[in-house]
Parts: sequence; C-alpha cells; structure tokens
Amino acid sequence: MKRIVEKHPLAIRWMHWINFPVLAMMIWSGLLIYWANDIYRVGFGDTTLLKFFPQSFYDTLKIDHKLAGGMALHFFFMWFFFGNGIIYVLYTWISGEWRYLLPNRRSFTEAWLVLLHDLHLRKTAPPQDKYNAAQRIAYSSIIVMGFGSIATGLAIYKPVQFGWLCALCGGYEFARILHFALTIGYVLFFVVHIVQVILAGWNNFRAMVTGFEVIKHAPAAPQLPAPEPVPTEQKATNEGE
Amino acid sequence: MKENKYKNGNARLSDRQLKRRTVVSFCFFIALTCAALLALIRIFSEPASADNVQPTLRNVLQGNERLFSKFYSKRRESKPFKKADADTAVRVNGDVGMDGELDTTWRLKVARAPGDTLIITLDDLKKLPKTEVVFDFKCVEGWSQVTWWGGVRFSDFIQKYNLVSQAGMNYVGMITPDGTYYVGNDMPSMLQPQTLLCYEVNGQPLPQDQGYPLRLIIPVKYGIKHLKRIGIMYFSNVKPKDYWAEQGYDYYAGL
Repeated sequence: MKRIVEKHPLAIRWMHWINFPVLAMMIWSGLLIYWANDIYRVGFGDTTLLKFFPQSFYDTLKIDHKLAGGMALHFFFMWFFFGNGIIYVLYTWISGEWRYLLPNRRSFTEAWLVLLHDLHLRKTAPPQDKYNAAQRIAYSSIIVMGFGSIATGLAIYKPVQFGWLCALCGGYEFARILHFALTIGYVLFFVVHIVQVILAGWNNFRAMVTGFEVIKHAPAAPQLPAPEPVPTEQKATNEGE
Repeated sequence: MKENKYKNGNARLSDRQLKRRTVVSFCFFIALTCAALLALIRIFSEPASADNVQPTLRNVLQGNERLFSKFYSKRRESKPFKKADADTAVRVNGDVGMDGELDTTWRLKVARAPGDTLIITLDDLKKLPKTEVVFDFKCVEGWSQVTWWGGVRFSDFIQKYNLVSQAGMNYVGMITPDGTYYVGNDMPSMLQPQTLLCYEVNGQPLPQDQGYPLRLIIPVKYGIKHLKRIGIMYFSNVKPKDYWAEQGYDYYAGL
C-alpha cells in the first residue's frame, strides 16, 4: 500500500493542460503580428543589447509576412485563453483552492529561503502546504499576468471603444509594450517551470496528469503514544515542487 | 489543520490500483493531446478561401465583428490631441490605387442610386464647414502616429447633400479613380463625428502621396480603411468589397 494525496483536482488539471496549447498559439500568432512592426529592444541610447527579434529568429521560425493570418489566429484563440482563465479563477475561488495558491504573510520571506534551497545554498526548505512559498507567488503572479494580458490586449484591440482602459494601461503605445513584456514574462516563466518540473521528478509530474501524488516519507504515525513533547517545527520533506 | 493532509496523505492505494490509475489517466491524457493536435492541424491545414483566410477563422472574425459592433458607440471618440502634438512628417505607408498622375478633371462621384450619380468638385466640398481632427492614427501593422487632418465631417456632408436616406443603409463603399483600391465601412463608424472627407493635413492641402485631392479619415478604424484618393462613393446594405479583407484581414478593423 502506498499513502497518496489527491493533489490537483480534475478541473485544475484540465485547465492547466488546455492553457498550454492555447497560450502557445497566442504567443505564436502574437509573433506573427509583432513582426510587422518589430521595434522593441533592450539597450540605451544607440546601443542595442538585445533586439526583439534578430532576423535569424524570424527566418528560422518562418514568421515573416503573416500579419493577416496572425491577427486571425490571435482573435480566434483569445477566446479560449480568456474563457479558460476566467473559469480557472472562478473555480479556484469557489472551490477554496485559492487557499493553497495565494501567497500569505510568510510567503514573501519564505520564498527567499525556497530559492536558496533550490540553488543548493541552504539545506532545508521552509515547511510547505500544497505549494511552497515561491510557487504560491509564481502561480498567483501568472494569473495576475493573465489579467494584464487581457486588459492590455483589449486596450490595443479596441482603443477607442475601451478608451478608459487604454488610458489606464498608459496609452496605446505603452499598452503594446506591456502586452509584449507580459508575453516575454510567460516565456521566462515557462522555462523556469519546465526546469523545476524536471528537477521535481516523476511523482510531481504524474500528479498533474493523474491528480494524486505518492507520499514518500510519511511522518511518524500519529496513533503512536508521544511521551515527549513534539518539536514545534517539523522538517519539510519537500514532497514536490 | 488542512496542511496535515499534504504531509500525511488522504488515501491509500495498493501498487496495482496505483498503476491502474496512472495508466488510465495517461491514456486519457494522450488521447486528449492527440485530439487537441488534430484540432490544431485541422485549423492550420484548412484551405484558405478566396479572401485568403481559413473559413473557420473568418467566421470567428465575423463573430467578433458582430459582438463588438454591439458595443460600438459613435459617441466614443478617438482620443483628441493638440495640433502641437501632431507629427509633421506624416508617415506614408500605402500607395495602392495611386499609380500615375491624377486626372485634372477629378470629381467626387457619389452614387445615390443606380443611374443617379452626384458629381462634386473639391471646391464644392471646401465650401462646407471645415472640421479638424488630431488623433493617434493606428496602422494594422502596429505603429501609430499623432496626425492632424482637416476636411468635411462625413455626417455634415450627408446632411448638406441630402443623402439622409442613403445613410440609412448599412455600409459606405469607396473606390479609387483607377479602381484598384477599395474599402467598405459600416455606417455607424462613418457617421462618427471624427470621420472626415479629408483634403488637408497639417493645415495644408493633401500631398499626392497622402491621397490628394480627397481621402477618408476614419479614426475608429485601422489605417487600411482610410482610403486615399477617393474616386467613387456608394451606399449599400451588403458589405462593399474591401481590398485588405480580400487579403485576409478582418473586414471590420474597428478600434
């Protein structure tokens, strides 16, 4: 017999995996659109450190001259991205899953310790619930970013009809910059996410498909008599990322 | 406390049950992944129709158009700017329909009804009240530029030339004199108070490359709808043909 925990509800797993191809399509079609006016760069004065994007990038991915198709795809998949995101937020809210997800008072200090632990600079990680402090911050941020993408996207899509939103996003041009920056944020999130999932291993990954996670090192059975006072802080067993 | 659930677990499975649940879940997962891939392949491999976009995507663009037309209000204006904010080097991005010199006998032809065409000179238009609009011109490519335009407000033009019954139709079509560039705009957008039959930029007559003698300025649309060098104007209840929509772009292109 193995002790397991039902980690991810079915709805969360569905929405997680639906979001993956949908976001991929949004990013892809976004690139097709961005190509038509690719003015963003990182640099100072006339010095460009990083251009979005180098010609070789467009050539390799065959991104050029597909603006019309890119827009058609973007304004198709946007509904899936929006719908899936809304349902996820509603589900998380109503089911109470938000309790595991939102950062709490300790999260911001603990996230630092998690980071040090993950970089092998600290032996132990703080005790955690379903998600550790860094995950709580990351997974909550990504939802805030999703809202940001929808808000800035709508501001760019209908800057006259939603003029107030466009103004709120800092104007048309700035809304475009934010919309682009958020996308870069997703890509960076994705890279870290994949690395962490690989490092966390099979048990953790399986949970995102099957829903359950096997508890490897169950703490001492509670039915045993405890003659000595129990230490107040349990060492975390780091059951997964 | 809830947290204990995550340290102790909340169920026990035999190795066989565990394996079974894993296999069943992964089979579902792989099946759904395949279904998603097939759906994507279907969208991407669907042949484009004559208007250069896949029918599925065109349907969604039209659905978006219906939805956002409902929200449209002609009272919402493109954010006005001061003339001093306008860029004097107005970007030239398109020259379709403007090959060759303009015929000196240019007149605006307004088809009121089949066989009933109104002929209007530039001087006639200049006698109407002039309206100036300074707004952030937005190109479908992604750039935008604050520019200053002057001309006759389209809704004023409709009143002065008694085209009120024509303005009850759904669309206005415009065609360049050589017939190679053409757009259609929905009537609510045409009647928005910033929409101009434009003959000036930066307080000067339009240069040739900006659509001399008369162009459309319609700030609630992307630049692809701002036809330069208007030759013929007509009214229709069905969508007039549109150059960029035929190239695969959204017909509505409304901002």
